[in-house]
Amino acid sequence: MNAGAARLAAVQDGAPRKIHARLEGVTRVYPPRAGHAEVHALGPISLDLNAGEFFSVVGPSGCGKSTLLDVLAGLALPSAGEVEFEGKPVRGEVPEGVGVVFQEDATFPWLTVEDNVAFGLRRAGVEAGEIRRRIDFAIGFMGLRDFRRAYPSQLSGGMRQRVCIARTLVLQPRLILLDEPFGALDQQTRLLMGDELLRLWRETSATVLLITHALDEANLLSDRIGVMSARPGRFIEIVETGWPRDRDSRLAERPDFGAVTSRLWSYLRGESLRAMGQGQSVS
Amino acid sequence: MTKAGWIRTAVLVGAVGALELACRTGAIPKTMVIAPSAMVVALVETLRSDEIGMHLRHTLSAVAVAMSLSIVGGFVIGFVLNWIPLLRRAFSPFLAAYYAIPHFAFYPLLIVIFGLGPLPLIVLATLFAMVAMILATMAGLDRVPRVLLKTASIHRLSLVEEIWHIRLPAAAPHILSGLKLAVAYSFIGVIAGEFILSTSGIGHEIAYAYDNFDNPRMYALILFVLGIVTTFNMAVFAWERRMLRRRGA
Repeated sequence: MNAGAARLAAVQDGAPRKIHARLEGVTRVYPPRAGHAEVHALGPISLDLNAGEFFSVVGPSGCGKSTLLDVLAGLALPSAGEVEFEGKPVRGEVPEGVGVVFQEDATFPWLTVEDNVAFGLRRAGVEAGEIRRRIDFAIGFMGLRDFRRAYPSQLSGGMRQRVCIARTLVLQPRLILLDEPFGALDQQTRLLMGDELLRLWRETSATVLLITHALDEANLLSDRIGVMSARPGRFIEIVETGWPRDRDSRLAERPDFGAVTSRLWSYLRGESLRAMGQGQSVS
Repeated sequence: MTKAGWIRTAVLVGAVGALELACRTGAIPKTMVIAPSAMVVALVETLRSDEIGMHLRHTLSAVAVAMSLSIVGGFVIGFVLNWIPLLRRAFSPFLAAYYAIPHFAFYPLLIVIFGLGPLPLIVLATLFAMVAMILATMAGLDRVPRVLLKTASIHRLSLVEEIWHIRLPAAAPHILSGLKLAVAYSFIGVIAGEFILSTSGIGHEIAYAYDNFDNPRMYALILFVLGIVTTFNMAVFAWERRMLRRRGA
C-alpha cells in the first residue's frame, strides 16, 4: 500500500477524520562523513495522523523509526518533504503541544521526582498553584505518590520511565510521541505500562505515535499500525486493528488477537531478513 | 565506625606508634626524624613563639588566589574548548601532555619575570592547577547524555537555559572532581614554590629550618601543613558528598 492508499484507509470507515499531524514525502539523508558513504536513512515517507488516534510504527532494526519520530517532533530537519502539526509547518523546533518520551532514561538525576515532573511547567513560567495542581495529578496518575521526594537513582527503570511520562503529561501535550519507551523494561512491567499508556491516551484524548519493535505491543495498543520496510524506511502496509477504545492487556486473550500479530509478522519477516543482510550500521 | 574505618584507624595509630617507639628507643636517630610526640610539642611551641601567623597568611592568600583563578579560568577555558571543536582539536595534544612537564623547573624563570614575591608563586600554582580543572570540565560536558539535550529541545529551552538547567547540572560531578584537584594542586604549587625560593610562607619556613638543621621546627611545620591541607580537603570532600549523595554517586 502506498502513501495515498494509506490516507484512503484512514477515511474509509465513515466520515474523513481530522488530520492532526502529517508527513509529506519526507526523507532524511545523512551526508557522507570521513570514511562513511552517504546514508539514506528514511523515506520518502508520508503519513497522516488522525486526531486522537493511537498509531504505532514497527519495522526492522535500523529502518529509520527513530529518525521518523525525530523529524515529526521537530528534533531533526527532513532532507526533503514537509512536516505539519495542527496545520503549521514544523521546522527544526519542537512545537508547543508535542510531548516526547524516549527509551533512554531521561530523568534529571539532580532533581527529585516532583521537581523532575515540574521542570517544564517552571520553565514555561506557569503560576505556582497551577503547577501544584498539575503535578499532583500527574504524580497520582502515574502511581508515583510515595516517591515524590525520591531521586531517580533510588527508583527502578520502570519508575523512572513513569517520571518521564509524568513530566510530559503535565504539559498537557496534544500529540505524544514515544520512542520505544518500554524497550529497556522487563515483559511484565511492559504490559502494565502499556495499560497505563492506554488509560492516559483515553483520558487525555491526545494523539499518540508509538515506535516499538514489539509486534504484540503494537497490536495491543494501537488503532493503526504502520509497518516499515528495511532502510531507507517507508510504510509497506498500514494495518487497522479495529479494537475498541476501551481496551487493556486482556485484549491478548481474544481469539482474533493473534491473527493481527501474525499479519504484522508476515509483512515484516522479509524486511527483517533484508535488514540483517544490510548490517546495522545506522541507528 | 565502619569496619573499614577501624582498619584505617588501626593502621594509622600503629604507624605513628611504631615511629614513636623507634625514635624513643634510638633505632631512628634524632638527626633523621624526631618522635611524633616531640613534633606536636614543637608545633605548639612554634605556633606560640614567633611570626608563624604572617607566614600562614602569605601562604594561604597565595593559595586562595591561585585556587580561584584556576577554578574559574579552568572552567571557562574547558567550556570554550568543549564548545568549539576546532579549538579543542588544536589544543588537546597540549592538554594531554601537560602534566608530563616538570612545572617547577620554570619557577626561576617566573621569578625573573615577576620578581620575588607572591606573584610568581600564584602564577606557578595557577598553571599547575588550572589544567586539571580544564580537563574535568571538558570531560563532564562531553558526558552529558544526548537524551537530556533532546529533552531540553522538547521543553523548548533557550541556549542559555539549556546550559544552565541541563548541561551544567549534568556535568557537575566531573566538574566537582576537577575542583577538588585544583584545590589540592594549588596548595602543592604554592608550598613547593615557597620551598624552592621565597622570602616568606610556610614552605619557606620549612626550607629555612631544614637548612639550619632545626629538625623539631621543620617537622612541626610539616605536620602543620599536613593538618591544614587535610582539613581543607575533608571540608571540600564533605561538601561534595552532600551534593552528590542523592544522585546515587
